[in-house]
Amino acid sequence: PALGLFLFTIARDPLRIIILIAGAFFWLVSLLLSSLIWFIAVKASDPQDESLQKGLLIFGVMFSVLLQEAFRFLYYKLLRKAIEGLVALSEDGCSPISIQQMAYVAGVGFGLMSGAFSMINLLADALGPGTVGIHGDSQLYFLTSAFMTMVLIFLHTFWGILFFHGCEHRRWWEITAVVVMHLAVSGSTFCNPLYVGSLVPSYLLMAAAAAWAYSLSGGSTQNLRRFFLCKF
Amino acid sequence: MTELSAHLPQFQHGQLTENFPDNHLSNTNDNSERRRHDNSERRRNDNPESETNGQPQSNTQQVVEQDEEEDEELTLKYGAKHVIMLFVPVTLCMVVVVATIKSVSFYTRKDGQLIYTPFTEETETVGQRALNSILNAAIMISVIIVMTILLVVLYKYRCYKVIHGWLIISSLLLLFFFSFIYLGEVFKTYNVAMDYITVALMIWNFGVVGMICIHWKGPLRLQQAYLIMISALMALVFIKYLPEWTAWLILAVISVYDLVAVLCPKGPLRMLVETAQERNETLFPALIYSSTMIWLVNMAEEDPEAQRKASKNSTYHKQAPANQTQNEDAEADDGGFSQEWQQQRDNRIGPIESTPESRAAVQALPSNSQTSEDPEERGVKLGLGDFIFYSVLVGKASATASGDWNTTLACFVAILIGLCLTLLLLAIFKKALPALPISITFGLVFYFATDNLVQPFMDQLAFHQFYI
Repeated sequence: PALGLFLFTIARDPLRIIILIAGAFFWLVSLLLSSLIWFIAVKASDPQDESLQKGLLIFGVMFSVLLQEAFRFLYYKLLRKAIEGLVALSEDGCSPISIQQMAYVAGVGFGLMSGAFSMINLLADALGPGTVGIHGDSQLYFLTSAFMTMVLIFLHTFWGILFFHGCEHRRWWEITAVVVMHLAVSGSTFCNPLYVGSLVPSYLLMAAAAAWAYSLSGGSTQNLRRFFLCKF
Repeated sequence: MTELSAHLPQFQHGQLTENFPDNHLSNTNDNSERRRHDNSERRRNDNPESETNGQPQSNTQQVVEQDEEEDEELTLKYGAKHVIMLFVPVTLCMVVVVATIKSVSFYTRKDGQLIYTPFTEETETVGQRALNSILNAAIMISVIIVMTILLVVLYKYRCYKVIHGWLIISSLLLLFFFSFIYLGEVFKTYNVAMDYITVALMIWNFGVVGMICIHWKGPLRLQQAYLIMISALMALVFIKYLPEWTAWLILAVISVYDLVAVLCPKGPLRMLVETAQERNETLFPALIYSSTMIWLVNMAEEDPEAQRKASKNSTYHKQAPANQTQNEDAEADDGGFSQEWQQQRDNRIGPIESTPESRAAVQALPSNSQTSEDPEERGVKLGLGDFIFYSVLVGKASATASGDWNTTLACFVAILIGLCLTLLLLAIFKKALPALPISITFGLVFYFATDNLVQPFMDQLAFHQFYI
């Protein structure tokens, strides 16, 4: 689905592609930094202790989430400056791309990158022979991974919109809500492989975020109804 | 012609060259917007907006500036488009290389080394290995430097025939010999039976069409496709025949060399640009990838529209100093090379970064058109050497990284961002800039970082199925 999003909405406009790639880049940098921190922590601690390792991992995840949000903020700042430049340089005085579109694209960028990193090795392995969960792990590994990744990508997109909107209108509570949601989603994955605990809340949160983002972007129930009834 | 235009073109040269690269540079990406913004702001305040293209005004200065203005606007409009026009071929090339590396094992087998890298890396101690790889890299770089200087000398003394011949030989080699090997390996991998006659026919057709397309005229898409294919082939050869540490070292050193050669006043590439500029000639086209049909324009304002119409249908020409490259390695050098030089040459065409590949010698078309060019016609040019090295980096990453696809993806994004930034800088500085350093630096940093740092992290995450 994310790929579909990409193809339909972003691929046509080159500026959006650039914003997308830049967004992916920012996410990557944040990942890099967080894994650096984690790596240092691991090296500095005892490799034998299982629960400590797990605890460190959890710490790493939380830290990474915070870093991601920080980078999203940085990216927002960059895009703000960019949009000023674009406005000044365009012919008719208005920017070729609005801040909401940028928010959307940035969100997709983040999401795609995070999804890609989560999934791609999995996919590559999935091409090979083997049975899922042969050692007693859950057999739904691939399936749940796929769903989780998809929900994460969507979430990133929505978070992007919400986040930028919050920054635009200086509503700090919106921003903190995004961060909290992100933490919550990541945290819920900690109770894997008890999939109920992670997938269901994530989807609920995603639905909530979607509705919120939709309303922020100017949609309304009326629009929705018209959309579904295919009237324009 | 040089005499007459001595004064005027010089002046205009300076101005125009600066600006036109700007046009073609599509670095109007948001990332860079800030700086661009400032830049344009200043200029904006000078001139009012105008729609017309370069209408003669009383003041040449004003004309220039006005052109500047329009060009900037146009650049902005088409800016992002141009970046994408470069993204797509680079991406395609990398995809081809990665796909081949992953599927055809021939390119990851160690079958020996090139004679340019005589020291082996299978040594006992780490220190010896390091030493060997440093020596290898040094040899390679010196070969490249020698080749570049040779090229500059040839160009200076107007030995165009030699350069053309060189170019043609190298493209022949590449198109026929290497693609034959490639095809053979692909067939072996997929266990496809094939007889010699069919292969001969296919290779012959492929090669001949390639030669025609690259050196003469041909449909744009086909030419682009051929250039991408040969870049990929070249990159594959490099990946196969360069040992580990040597390859990384070479990548690093070549970006430094690129930087030095293009920006230092005594650098060979710079001298080449200046010489070409003095002669008011079009640059050698060789080894450049162009994204659109472009007319070559000389800065000079000689004959206006006659050439314009003519050049519209032709492809980019410039006699580019077709460097060496009969041998695989020599290809590298031109990387940053033409960017500057072509930059200044083809104001109209946009930044070209030619590479020392040896094909793409489109004949120079001395079109001198006025400023009123169709903006869509202007494209962006990137040297083939840059393609090759980007692909080498990504290919090596996918071949030898423990992080596998993650690393590949990370390097890919890093290179694209580097390309964006380079184009942006190009627009700001309006001089030829080497395309390699920024992207390669990013790519290397990300490769090593991802491989060593991110990979264990992601592995653990995936194992526990945590998501960040």
